[in-house]
Formats: sequence, structure tokens, C-alpha cells
Amino acid sequence: MQRIGVFVCWCGSNIAATVDVDAVVEAVKNEPGVCFAKNYQYMCSEAGQALIKDAIKEHNLTGIVVCSCSPRMHEATFRKTAEQAGLNPYMVEIANIREHCSWIHKDMKEATEKAVILARAAIAKVNLNAPLQAGESAVTKRALVIGGGIAGLQSAIDIADAGYPVDIVEKSPTIGGKMAQLDKTFPTLDCAACILTPKMVEAAQHPNITLYTYSEVEEVKGFVGNFNVKIKKKARFVDSTKCTGCAVCTAKCPSRKGGNEFNCNLDTRGAVYIPFAQAVPNVATIDTERCIHFKTGKCGICQKVCSAGAIDFEQKDEFIEEKYGAIVVATGFEILDVTKFDEFQYTKHPDVVTSLELERIMNAAGPTKGTLLRMSNKEHPHDIVFIQCVGSRGNTCRDKTYCSKICCMYTAKHAMLIREKYPDVNVHVFYIDVRTPGKNFDEFYRRAVEQYNVDYIKGMVGKVWEKENGRLAVQGVDLISNRRIMLETDMVVLAAAIQPSKGVRNIATMLTASIDTNDFLTEAHPKLRPVESPTAGVFLSGVCQGPKDIPETVSQAGAAAVKVVGLLAKDKLVTNPCTATPNELMCNGCSSCARVCPYGAIDYVEKEVNDHGKREVRRLATVNSALCQGCGACTVACPSGAMDLKGFSNRQIMAEVDAICR
Amino acid sequence: MSENIIRISGINPRQCMKCGKCSATCPAFDEMDVHPHQFASMVVEGRVDELLASETLWKCLSCFACVERCPRSVEPAKLIEAVRDCVIRQKGGSYLSPDDIPEKLDSELPQQALMAAFRKYRK
Repeated sequence: MQRIGVFVCWCGSNIAATVDVDAVVEAVKNEPGVCFAKNYQYMCSEAGQALIKDAIKEHNLTGIVVCSCSPRMHEATFRKTAEQAGLNPYMVEIANIREHCSWIHKDMKEATEKAVILARAAIAKVNLNAPLQAGESAVTKRALVIGGGIAGLQSAIDIADAGYPVDIVEKSPTIGGKMAQLDKTFPTLDCAACILTPKMVEAAQHPNITLYTYSEVEEVKGFVGNFNVKIKKKARFVDSTKCTGCAVCTAKCPSRKGGNEFNCNLDTRGAVYIPFAQAVPNVATIDTERCIHFKTGKCGICQKVCSAGAIDFEQKDEFIEEKYGAIVVATGFEILDVTKFDEFQYTKHPDVVTSLELERIMNAAGPTKGTLLRMSNKEHPHDIVFIQCVGSRGNTCRDKTYCSKICCMYTAKHAMLIREKYPDVNVHVFYIDVRTPGKNFDEFYRRAVEQYNVDYIKGMVGKVWEKENGRLAVQGVDLISNRRIMLETDMVVLAAAIQPSKGVRNIATMLTASIDTNDFLTEAHPKLRPVESPTAGVFLSGVCQGPKDIPETVSQAGAAAVKVVGLLAKDKLVTNPCTATPNELMCNGCSSCARVCPYGAIDYVEKEVNDHGKREVRRLATVNSALCQGCGACTVACPSGAMDLKGFSNRQIMAEVDAICR
Repeated sequence: MSENIIRISGINPRQCMKCGKCSATCPAFDEMDVHPHQFASMVVEGRVDELLASETLWKCLSCFACVERCPRSVEPAKLIEAVRDCVIRQKGGSYLSPDDIPEKLDSELPQQALMAAFRKYRK
């Protein structure tokens, strides 16, 4: 029989205002095994911890239950307290009577009753607890960064500067990401490429950084400190050790009909291409879906014109396997598909563009060489209408529920840049709210209104249609004057919502990292652990975690890097002793557990067993406790109930359920 | 009265973010005295009397362009319809009260006659 102490925390008024803590102490005093019970204002305080330690010694306690906040908050605290008093830390159970009780109930009687039940369940569990010993695992001192945009680059550079090797996996042929497509950056209006390309070069030249461009993560196994990752290096059909980036092949390629993704498909590129002039690595890539050689077996012009002999039609995908201690996810974002918003005529009229398309139109390397032109007739526009919040802040099937955060600022930027360069162009902005929290952000927006005479209209656009003269009619509303607005314009620019990259679901599944309803990766704690995923060893950087601008992305990337460095600096990690163990006599070797194990921790052995005097060789599951993370999936999957989890055994869970149902 | 409009329409007007998409879309905007985007906030503010007297009830085409485009599922045409229903039903109330039905029931009476009676209003 255990000797159990129960400690009920008031948490100031957080618990005590809703739960009658005296009544809880009275109710649990006579529970089986309980020989001490007390409440106190702040159990987590030094005085509270001293109270626990004294009680352990004085009453020879073998297990304790702390009725307090979530174990996410103070489980570690109370385990240490117990350890200091000579108790095994795994003889501590937390009954969460704050988040699961006092914070969510109003009625004191009901809340007290529930707190007692939660305490009883924890007591029932402690009665069956056994001391556990945590093991140790080594840390592989190498980090993986998934995504080579500004977020991934910054994280990688910071980790590499701290002295650890980093690999960047980027799925497209070059690093740089979305920022490379931007023309200018708010609120300082410096050229995006001018501040990004030095980072790209720094990453490429850094002795601690290895770039895997045109590559994707295929498989992730293992756990914090010991991830085994398989990376697929897709065949470029160009030998990157020979290619000099001279771009003769890209100029001579006769297959030129396909869209150029870098310029948002506003112009075309060859089937063999280098995405942009400052691409890193500056190596050509052959797009097999467009290449005449791959489609018909003929052509091969690129091979003929390449003086370096770099074109290799026989190149195969390569697979690299590497071990990492930590993984940073920096998969970034994409623009919402605005074709669903048919009222804006995006699919029908080339002069209706997204803001990212406008970035390319304004950029010197863009389809119009940086001259603002209508895409329909390549003429100078006289009027431009911007529409904000396209696909953001809605709750219908075509909208995202969140604010995309960056659109107000980039629209003010576009409006100002256009008015600066072309003072004859009238710029109108339809907005719902202008949101500009950020250093020098509101001043920036006000400058657009006050100094550049940009016409901001509070209201939305209902529809856009083409007039007979080829211009666009815009029907909107001005809510301030309660008037219908009809405008004739040459271009319409849609501030489309941003959303996480499509590939993030796949990555999150491989990493067992959780994502929210919008596919943004979830933080371990929204306030206190904002750059960590709930999966140990996985860190978040950039827009994959939520909409943010460049300065915020760079800050978060640095924060994620520090977390990675903190992990890699350790020689050993304490492992969780709550691992799965199979009962050999009950296991029938069916493999159900191995199929559901996300960590590849379960193997099978042929072993002789003595089943009630009958000796026979059976196929049995074995768990590698160094790999097991104690998720419990196998215990549920096992049809014969042979698999059990230390610290969360089936008996313990059932005892808790029994105590709750009593 | 606001609760009544909310109950009949099944719409939560507090979801409105005042973007004006409804009014921007509405083909009858110029004919209206109260514009579609004003409906949601007027119901929230309890200004239903003004809505009951509004010309908009009879100018709204019920084309549902605003329902189609509203990003917040406020669907102003449904609010307008609810107010319109209130005006129609106000005129002396319904001719038939459900409580009176049981004693009027006879096996020969076609069900449609009952349903039609509900739609007739006392002048």
C-alpha cells in the first residue's frame, strides 16, 4: 500500500474562488492510501514546495498528488520537489483542477465536486505508480532547416554561426523564397533583392551550411536529438558541378510557351531555366514536363550549346540520408487562389492582378522590366484600384478567417511607389480597416494618404466588369458618406490572403508536428513557447506558424535558431522513461503496433517462451526504449492487450476511470 | 423586436465586420433609403422601427447577390426578408390561430385549406 500525500493549491483566487479547497482536502482524506492532505495558497512557491518536502519526510510518503494547474505548467517543478525530498519523481501525479475545472466552471458546488473527482482519479493512479528511471540519449550535433526562404536562411545562418553544421532543404531550384519575388520592402522601401541576396550568398558560402536545392524531405524517423531524415535530391538533368550559370541554354531552349513561376506566370521561360539572375545556386534546371527532348526524344539543343558539357539527360534522383539533432520548419506561404472571387474578373481580364503579380510588374527583372504597364495592351495606366482583404477575415468557404497581416502595409507601399514614380496615375484603395501595428507603420500609411494623395475609400468593391473601351468598371461603396462609388480604371489589384504552403501538411505528418484548422503549424505554447512545435526537437520559423512580415520573420527565425543551438549544445538529453513494454505471453506477433508506431521503435524477434509449461518459439514485439516516445498509439492498437505503457499502464488508466465513475 | 428579427432570419448580425460588400454589390442600392450594410448594425442597435418603415423592404429585389458575396455570413437579404415578414404579419395578425384548429378540424377538410388559412391575414 502506498502512503500518499495530497496537496491542494489555491492558485491565489484562480482555483480557490471557484473550488472549495477545504472541502477537497476533507473529501480526499479518507481515500485509499492517503495519509496526509493539506491546502495552501501557492503550492509552486518556495514555501509551498517546502510544505511538500516536509510532509514527504514527516509522513514517510511514497507518492504525492498535487491538485493544481495543468501538468504543462508545474509538473516538472513538483517532480523536482519530490526528488529533493528523496522520492522518485515519477511518484508524482498532478490533478488539473485549474484549466480543467476552476477556469471553466462558474458554480462552486459543481466545481468542487469535480475537483474532488479529479483528485480521486489521480490518487487511484498513484496507488499503482512504480518508480521509473529516466535514461539518456546522445544528441546529433547537426540541424536541418526545411525551406530556403528568408525564414529558413536566417535560422540556418544563426545556427551555423554558433558553430553547428546545418543543411537547408529547398524544394525549388534556388533559395530565396517569396522575398526574392518582392520589389521593395516596407516601411523603408529598400529593394528586397538588395537585402536578401547578401543573405543567400552568405548561406551558400558558409562553411557550416550545406544547401540541398530542388530537394524535398522524403522521410523522417527518430526523435529529438536523433532524427534520421531521407532527402530526395530531384534530378535537375544538369550537372551542377559543371554548370557555370552562363544561361546560354536557357536562351536557346525552343520550348518557350510555359509560364515563368518567378514572374507569377506573367511571362514565359524556357524548359531549361534559371529562376532569376541572382539564383543560388546559379545552375540551370530542366523542367521535364515542358522539355521537348523528354517528350519526344528529339531536340537536345541545350546539350549542343552547353560549352561546359553540363546537360545530362540521364541524371537520376538522388537520395541522401542524414542524422539531425533538431529540425526547423520554415516552409513559408503561398497566395490564396483568387479565381473563386469571380466578381473581380481575375480570370477574365489580364488587368486584374494580385499584389504579388504587381510586385513583379514593378520589378526591374519582371515581365515589363519594371515599367508599370497594363498587361492587356502594355499601355500606361491612368487609374489603379486596390482592393484589400480579398479572401481574408471571412467565414465563408472561399475565405480565410484570419487577417493576413501584411496586405495593408504592402498596399500602402504599392500606392506610394506608384504615385512617386507616376504622379499622373490616380490610386484608389478600398479598405475595411487599415491595420498598421508596427514600428513606423502607421506613419508610413499616413504618408501615402497625406503626402501622396492616395484615395482611401472605407468600403468594399462589389463587382468589376470590362467596359466597351477595354477599361474596367468598378462598383463599390463608400461607407463613410453612405454613397455608391462607380469608378473607371485601368488596373485592379487584389490584396489576396496568404496561406501556408501546400506541402506543409505532408511535412507536419512526417514530423508528427500539429497544425491548426488553417494549416498553420501549432506552437508548443502560444505565448511562452512560440517558436517550438509541441513535438520535441521541431522548431518553427516564419509564416508557416502564422502570417507575419519580414522583420517579424527574421526575429522568429533567430529565436528558433537559439532554441536549436540550446538543444545542440547539450551532450545528452534526458529521455522519457514512460515507454511501451510488451507482455511476451500475450503478444501474438501481429505487427499492429509496429504499423502505428510513428517513431519506428518496434521490432520483432523470434524468441522461445514458456507459456504455462509449454515451450515454443514465437514472433514477439520488442520496443527500442531509446526510440519510444511514450505516445501510447501501440497500446491502443494491440488487439490482445499485450502492449502497455510505463507510467500510463492500462491498469492505471482503468483505475482512474473507475475512480471518476465511482 | 431585434430578437424577433434575429429569430426569424436565423442570422447573427453581430458577425458583420462593416465591410460594405453587400451595398457594393446591391443592384438596387440607389433606390434604397436604408442600404443593405446598415441593416445589420440597425438590428443590433434595436432600430427596428426605422427598418419597418423603410422603403428598402419593397426595393430589395431578393436577388441574393449580397447573400452570395457576404464574407461574414451575415446575408443581409435574409435580414431584410425577416423585417419584411414582420411588416406583413403585423397587419392585424394572422386570420387563424393555431390554438383554434383542433375544434375546427373535421375529417373532410383538405389539409391545404388549413395551410392556406394560415397565409390569410385580417385586414
